[in-house]
Amino acid sequence: MDFQPSDDQRLLIESIGRMLADNYSFAQRKTYLAEPLGFSAAMWSKFAEMGLLGLPFAEEYGGYGGGAQEVMLAMQEFGRVLVLEPFLATVILCGTAIQTAGTDAQKKALLPAIAEGSLKMAFAHTERQARYDLTDVVTSAKQSGGGWVLDGSKTVVQHGEAADKLIVSARTSGDRYDEDGITLFIVDTNAAGVARRGYATRDETRAADISLSNAPGTVLGEVGKGLAIIEKIVEAGIAATAAETVGAMEAMNEMTLEYSKTRVQFGQPIGTYQVVQHRMSDMFMTQETGRSMAMLATMSMDNDDPVERRHDFALAKVGVNQAGRYVSQSAVQMHGGIGMTEEYAVGHYFRRCMVIERLFGDSAYYLQRLANEIS
Amino acid sequence: MDLRFTPEEIAFRQEVRDFIRENLPADIHAKMKLGHGPSKEDTVRWQRILNAKGWAALSWGKEWGGPGWTAIQKMIFLEENQMAPAPELSSFNITMIGPVLLQFGTEEQKKRFLPRAANIDDWWCQGFSEPGAGSDLASLKTAAKLEGDHYVVNGQKIWTSTAHHADWCFLLVRTNPNARKRQEGISFLLVDMKTPGITVRPIISIDGSHHLNEVFFDDVKVPVDMRVHEENKGWDVAKFLLGNERTGIARLGKSRERVNASIDQSRNVNMNGRPLIEDGAFRQRVAQMQVDMKALEITQYRVVSAHDKAGGGRPDPLSSVLKVKGTELLQATTELAIDVAGPMATPIWAEELAAMNAPDDMMEAGSASTGSYLFLRAASIYGGTNEIQKNILTKAVLGL
Repeated sequence: MDFQPSDDQRLLIESIGRMLADNYSFAQRKTYLAEPLGFSAAMWSKFAEMGLLGLPFAEEYGGYGGGAQEVMLAMQEFGRVLVLEPFLATVILCGTAIQTAGTDAQKKALLPAIAEGSLKMAFAHTERQARYDLTDVVTSAKQSGGGWVLDGSKTVVQHGEAADKLIVSARTSGDRYDEDGITLFIVDTNAAGVARRGYATRDETRAADISLSNAPGTVLGEVGKGLAIIEKIVEAGIAATAAETVGAMEAMNEMTLEYSKTRVQFGQPIGTYQVVQHRMSDMFMTQETGRSMAMLATMSMDNDDPVERRHDFALAKVGVNQAGRYVSQSAVQMHGGIGMTEEYAVGHYFRRCMVIERLFGDSAYYLQRLANEIS
Repeated sequence: MDLRFTPEEIAFRQEVRDFIRENLPADIHAKMKLGHGPSKEDTVRWQRILNAKGWAALSWGKEWGGPGWTAIQKMIFLEENQMAPAPELSSFNITMIGPVLLQFGTEEQKKRFLPRAANIDDWWCQGFSEPGAGSDLASLKTAAKLEGDHYVVNGQKIWTSTAHHADWCFLLVRTNPNARKRQEGISFLLVDMKTPGITVRPIISIDGSHHLNEVFFDDVKVPVDMRVHEENKGWDVAKFLLGNERTGIARLGKSRERVNASIDQSRNVNMNGRPLIEDGAFRQRVAQMQVDMKALEITQYRVVSAHDKAGGGRPDPLSSVLKVKGTELLQATTELAIDVAGPMATPIWAEELAAMNAPDDMMEAGSASTGSYLFLRAASIYGGTNEIQKNILTKAVLGL
């Protein structure tokens, strides 16, 4: 076991950190929010230039050749400044789908385009009725004229509005909740029969409802065997957002500490009061146990034992969700009134953590899974 | 970064597990599985078996009978030993006085005491706390005055664990009452508990057990060559001792063993007409503990691996996290156990009941679980209360 980053990993962290320090102050971030899609086109290009958009892709597909650890380190940095760009949606979720299930031709067509910044994608899986059940897919696909067409609707598709292409889950056989019979499709958002309605989410990113009506799609992976791929995508998403939460917790704890040194009440900085110190110690402890759980998610990405992997992802997701919730609630509390304001950064971190808790399944969902496994 | 155990570490865990399974005396194992603590004799018996194998003096270096393990291997051993469940090594002997003598002791002190400590030929106790000096250790008053070739010690220690079993005591005394700073007038002595003038009085804990003591020193003569390190530099020794091996303090293996025991018991008791193990609330509670145990486990390995990489050195402030989270968890596991035991948690399994009943695992385990529940309220108090740990974090991590 070795928890220290390698020299190359250290360089990666430093270069991302430097780039974000120059480009991602809270004030700069505000200007990105004002752009039409709610993030910065220029930053997206910058990420591409730095090789970040191909971070986990093999070099033969224009990638950086990184793995789960490099993604973790990058996501921690992104979490520290609340990066708005659709890195998670495009590179992590859809990138994982294509890497896991794509044909060589699909990989060649899509991965280099993502890496160079010319292709944005979104993962359209969740349906209104489904909550966190991965098998609850009603959207359907049928063969038509040598290809496939899809019908149905998807909701809260992160960055669905910005995406050029979607990866959509649809039923090609069986009934709602059946594990077999789900297939993934690549759908062009400009195609006939695809309608999108975009809206803001609480973390200031944008999501979309997508309706598909006889919309053409091409199969990704094996027909009817999409669930295994979806699980992979979800695991990658859990690991990435876990790391993002760690970055957010670090930032909130730093802000809180700084505030405790400068905010004076009853004649002294609030950081001199033991009750405040102990709350901040609790926040630090929680950040660190949360970091351990983010590491668990990252190391589980390459675990070949499916039972242990499932179990560990559930543990990690609950641990990180709870840590993020405790630290963000405490950070607002320690800031007092100013923490309640839109103008101040801490509430923005709070809201991102709250959204992350609900991506890919919440604590109750995974605690239930763990509870079911006890024997 | 390599976040997984190496194949060698996995093989090592198996080796440890096999050895314990094959060598742990069956009577000790059965008793501890029911939730009882080990007696002095149990601890001695098991530590001697481990010592014969070279697995007792964990961090002492090979020349003093240590196994030469990495910190990760030590952690794996501790976990497996706790999970067995087997008696834990005497921390006074192995993680306190041993490393102190290796760092500060004279050759003579090392030769005289180390082999005997590894084998528990001497049972050591720790004379630190005083009635007026608990978490604020440096305010201790027990005085030692140099008279020729020996010190004369007068004063009182309290909360002295297992002093009634002890052959020797390592003792913090004040040798210079006029020191500029109170930390500067303290010395570290080794005291034979048979020396005239020592009185040990039991303090019975809320679980009914005799673990703690008051120890009175009344003109107790301690030869000057029983001082460790220089006179008035005992605080350095104490700090070293307290900062050493903090990683084992989380006792994660113990928590895991207790949770597993509760799951086992939950099959035998009912909740609304069904085995408790089928109860949703119970399962959720166990699931939450699994989350917390995993988080602690990885945090623990992070601390240990960083310690290995740095080649020892200053204690990691993260070890305060291990202390707080580890003891909270351990206490939570004892709560789980008494809640599973239900009404069987209330009787005291002493001679009365043992004589009246045929062997009754359920009542005996229930009673033992309450013993742990009561006794381990101390876990967040000893070794620096959890509030003190937060003070340490405030200073070391937050810089306030």
